Amino acid sequence: MQDLGACEEKIGVNMPEFVLNAEMKLAPDVFADSLKKSPTRDGWGKALLELGRENEKIVALTADLSGSVRTEWFEKEFPNRFFNCGVAEQNMASVAAGLALEGKVVFFSSFAVFSPGRNWDQIRVNIAYNNLNVKFSGAHAGITTGPDGATHEALEDIAIMRVLPNVKVLVPADSVEAGKAAKAATRMPGPVYIRLGREKIPEFTSANTPFEIGKINVLKNGADVAIIACGIEVFQSLIAAKKLAEKGIDAAVLNCHTIKPIDVKTICAYAKKCGAVVVAQEHQINGGLASAVCESLCENNCVVPLVRIGMQDKFGESGEGMQLLAHYKMDANAIVDACKKVIEKKK
Amino acid sequence: MVFKLTSSVKALNQTANKMRIDIIRMVCAAGSGHTAGSLGMADVFAALYFGIAKHDPKNPRWDGRDRIILSNGHICPVLYAALAECGYFQKEKLITLRKLGSPLQGHPHLGALPGIESSSGPLGQGLSQACGIALALKMDKKDNLVFCLTSDGEHQEGQTWEAAMFASKFKLANVVQIMDRNNIQIDGKTEDIMPLEPLRKKYEAFGWDVIEVEGNNMQKVYDALLHASKKAREKPNSKPIIIIANTIAGKGILSIEGDYKWHGIAPKAEEAKKMIEELELANKDCKTWVHAKKK
Repeated sequence: MQDLGACEEKIGVNMPEFVLNAEMKLAPDVFADSLKKSPTRDGWGKALLELGRENEKIVALTADLSGSVRTEWFEKEFPNRFFNCGVAEQNMASVAAGLALEGKVVFFSSFAVFSPGRNWDQIRVNIAYNNLNVKFSGAHAGITTGPDGATHEALEDIAIMRVLPNVKVLVPADSVEAGKAAKAATRMPGPVYIRLGREKIPEFTSANTPFEIGKINVLKNGADVAIIACGIEVFQSLIAAKKLAEKGIDAAVLNCHTIKPIDVKTICAYAKKCGAVVVAQEHQINGGLASAVCESLCENNCVVPLVRIGMQDKFGESGEGMQLLAHYKMDANAIVDACKKVIEKKK
Repeated sequence: MVFKLTSSVKALNQTANKMRIDIIRMVCAAGSGHTAGSLGMADVFAALYFGIAKHDPKNPRWDGRDRIILSNGHICPVLYAALAECGYFQKEKLITLRKLGSPLQGHPHLGALPGIESSSGPLGQGLSQACGIALALKMDKKDNLVFCLTSDGEHQEGQTWEAAMFASKFKLANVVQIMDRNNIQIDGKTEDIMPLEPLRKKYEAFGWDVIEVEGNNMQKVYDALLHASKKAREKPNSKPIIIIANTIAGKGILSIEGDYKWHGIAPKAEEAKKMIEELELANKDCKTWVHAKKK
């Protein structure tokens, strides 16, 4: 147990309550065991099917992973608009570009290590440079891919996608949000990368939770530290904020589901308000959300103490998803520790 | 109005030669660029744009056009010369090649110039895009063809073969690939750097119809393209077609023909002057390139 320092003084004097932002219309009890758990790839796959029903220009591609990446639901209903490219992700990305050149709205998905990992150049030249209407997903991203081990744990995809001009980058926090991300991406012209995961996450957001590309959702207000998170780390941050509240620390939780374009305004506002920031991402500490946040803060004279949660410039290994999240210090406990550490730095 | 095509070999040869002169002017003014491949493919480009493909320079996005995808984007001087010659844009723009602010980028950029169907440069990606386009056309029951120009060297990229499999699986009989088989690449001869043969057998094994042609014999190039495009439009079987065009890099300038050193360099002003004189003389005599001496 770390020394809580100055925060201990608050205990018993003015304990912050753990109150979520009502405007976000989250599940009534985000920590209830009764909440349905599902992976973000499910929400994306269901949305793709629904989108397919609404828009006949939508076509979908995969590279021999239709079941895993959940394009199979679309495939079953629209076999004539689905194309399995075999184990050939480079060809898949360029074929997607060709389809988009003819006016199709193209979705493709594989494991993130292969796509956008292996086909980065095809995405760069054929999709991004051409600025085409392609919505592509990397499923099984992050350390929680688990038992398959380091080769299959994409921890670099946000970095390699957010660096590309024209490409928007979305990292939904739960399955419900993944569906909204797919739909918002369809409405947004041009290329959009959506990062998805394998691990089941409680569906803590609701159909009524707002989702706007480029706009952070402030899930909980706070005054002592701002936790800026994306993907699976958002729920971990809520758990962390609850634990912190019990220790008298008032943490804000920001769901930064859009890595690009990054919501500079909200990030700076909360850095100023809280005076300390923890960035939580299931990604290498370099190049991902944390880097995007640091860039935003530095360029806008909002430099405050900051700690990056993420993979510490290492490769992962096999294990169960949540076990690995804890092992590599990306779980709620690690976020709690990081918050305490960063608050110390404020002094 | 749809671009009026010709079947006159004499006219096509003259056009090819005019394009060669433009290529030399362009790359010389740029000070860099890919001379040999551009010259070698001038006959194919002339036959395609002036003799075979349905297109409309006044309406570059015409829905009824055949799509022409240049995969090996580095030979874009020949594409730019063909587009300018057709009237897609003013010829004066040609000498801005590779200059800051020019729509004639060092490698083609979609949207920069009318008539460019996609950005290209990094090798091995064009055939896949052509497949995507062909698939969309097939889904929409449109009978336009997709001509995809590739190089022999880019067949060392694995993706080209991924695309070859894909075209075969999805029966993309509306794809006509034309491979520039000039046997050279930047570092030397293709068969020394990374042997490609037997290309015909490889494509046949991948489920393609294969046509081989002398790529600098206008009559033969025209006939092969006509045959392939008729077949692709009629679709007697469901196979994609490849024309292996055996070309001579640097064709038209005797001193550089077949020399891989000219793959990626531009002539200096004095060299360019002599090259243009040679080409002008050839056009005056209306010499067909069949008779030019092989080096």
